[in-house]
Amino acid sequence: MDIHETLRVALRAIRRNKVRSALTMLGVIIGVASVIAMIALGSGARASIDQQIQSQGTALIYLSSGSFGGPGRAHQGSGSVQTLTIEDAEAVAREIPTIARWTPGVRGRSQVIAGNNNWNTQVEGGNEDFLAVRNWEVAEGANFTARDVLVAEKVCLLGATVARTLFPDSDPVGQIIRVRNMPFRVLGVLRAKGQGQWGQDQDDFVVAPWTTVQRKLLGINYIHQVSLTARSSELVEPTAVAITRLMRARHRITNPENDDFSVRTVEEMAATRVQMAETMTGLLMSVASVSLLVGGIGIMNIMLVSVTERTREIGVRMAVGAKTRDVMRQFLAEAIALSLVGGLAGILLGVAVSETITHSLGWPVAITTASIVIAFAFSAAVGIFFGWYPARKAANLDPIEALRYE
Amino acid sequence: MPEPLIRIVDLKRSYALGDVTVHALRGLTLEIAKGSMIAIVGASGSGKSTLMNILGLLDRPTSGQYFLEDQDVSAFDRDRRAELRNHKIGFVFQNFSLLPRTTALENVELPLLYNGRGSRMRDRHEKAMELLRAVGIGERAHHAPNQLSGGQQQRVAIARALVNDPELILADEPTGNLDSRTSVEIMEILQRLNRDSGITVLLITHEHDIAGYASRVVTVRDGRVVSDEPVESRRDAAAELLALPPVEAEA
Repeated sequence: MDIHETLRVALRAIRRNKVRSALTMLGVIIGVASVIAMIALGSGARASIDQQIQSQGTALIYLSSGSFGGPGRAHQGSGSVQTLTIEDAEAVAREIPTIARWTPGVRGRSQVIAGNNNWNTQVEGGNEDFLAVRNWEVAEGANFTARDVLVAEKVCLLGATVARTLFPDSDPVGQIIRVRNMPFRVLGVLRAKGQGQWGQDQDDFVVAPWTTVQRKLLGINYIHQVSLTARSSELVEPTAVAITRLMRARHRITNPENDDFSVRTVEEMAATRVQMAETMTGLLMSVASVSLLVGGIGIMNIMLVSVTERTREIGVRMAVGAKTRDVMRQFLAEAIALSLVGGLAGILLGVAVSETITHSLGWPVAITTASIVIAFAFSAAVGIFFGWYPARKAANLDPIEALRYE
Repeated sequence: MPEPLIRIVDLKRSYALGDVTVHALRGLTLEIAKGSMIAIVGASGSGKSTLMNILGLLDRPTSGQYFLEDQDVSAFDRDRRAELRNHKIGFVFQNFSLLPRTTALENVELPLLYNGRGSRMRDRHEKAMELLRAVGIGERAHHAPNQLSGGQQQRVAIARALVNDPELILADEPTGNLDSRTSVEIMEILQRLNRDSGITVLLITHEHDIAGYASRVVTVRDGRVVSDEPVESRRDAAAELLALPPVEAEA
């Protein structure tokens, strides 16, 4: 019997028991849909993490005061100790040649007021390289200068959200805002970045020279953080190691558990998120494989029933000349057709599910041809694997017994 | 005497049923000439079904030889026997053995799907249609078996048996489920095939009047041939049909 004929017979057998076939396919449908959704979700999550790393700058290193401590020790939150100084930052920048740019960081929450509008936001202090290090661009106006930093000028740049809230109808550049009763002149507005990796609004902040924020606004003599960029992304790790070593020397720390600072890289932070995404993918993967397994067993079960029901048909086919391989092929084709039709339905369902998920999470849609091919191959494999035994059983029937079967 | 189509020598077949060994055939020797019409008669348990299964290559003898056209087929494996069944033998069963929910036409085409010649669908339709017309039910070609009467179903089965131009038709109680008029009609077709096309017809039956349509009757009892005689006054189904009163509608 040729392939065309085999396929025709197989599809006809499936059509004859529509409800039964549909129920049998359900396991494969869910399994394949999970495979598609899993791959889409996994690569979507990865793409969105990559995007966020890009938005922060890939070679970024944070040196923060405080540390995460060791196991069993009290964890001091970053920024909670007062031992990180501008001298530390300058020493690090001076002595480690792989650092490209850097900026100190101080910050505090404050009410900001402009005319009748006010808003509670984060006020960050940095030097003239703050924008370059943290990957911000000025959309309107201009950055503050090294001189502004030196003399602690009361000037600032507004994040897009702050600009929109304080100046809904007018151009903020050149206007005055009041922060803790101190007037700041707005030099410019930053280009919006949108949602951050935890869904927070990245544009909700104000940047001013760190000297101004540290002395005039917060009245402190330490800094919270230093942001640095390495000369290339390959140099991030060695640079981070060098910073740690230098900081320990400066603070006379011999036991790493006593660190009063922490050094983190953006890649490290992203790795945590990738790990989370992989956990989720793994979870879906197990759902998919269990579902495919159960679906496959369902197909085997139905095929065994079908072989028994059609024993006489098998006998007749054998009597008129069907060989072992003809019968084998017929039932195998039926099992494969069941799982492939299920697989196709699963692909459609999977695409719909991942579209919904990616849409609601705002992730880039990542349904690839590869994932569809994989899903299709998977369902074919399920059909072959679980169809083999029933087909074998049918092919090995004794023609006399089969003809006599009632 | 024309050359034999079938020659079996000292054929034995025994089954193990638990601890008991059942000897269904106990050394059976027989020759069947090409182009003959022969009836094998016996009561149930006589071994005639076993004999027919072996002659039809559905089963293998425990010992002895079976020559089909001078080829010893007694040791052929499953697939070689399937191929020979397909090419040389047409089966007509008591219960018709048609595929349910499949049209008469497709039932007749079934052996063509397995003949290894890969014929085209249109050629298969043509051949099957031609045979359905020859057995007189061309107009019912697209009906499923459950829409056909017993006689019509048996005609479909005969058309199916003929589709690969076999040497031999094995008819196992072909009229067992039919009324007497329909039985005569079926026997008329079988006699016509034997006479006009020279196909060897082997009738297996327990009814002596059906055996009367053959030219020779072999009686089997306890797995052996007990008599082998030509039929003296052979029945002619065509003539009998003419003598029967015409029917208004087929049952």
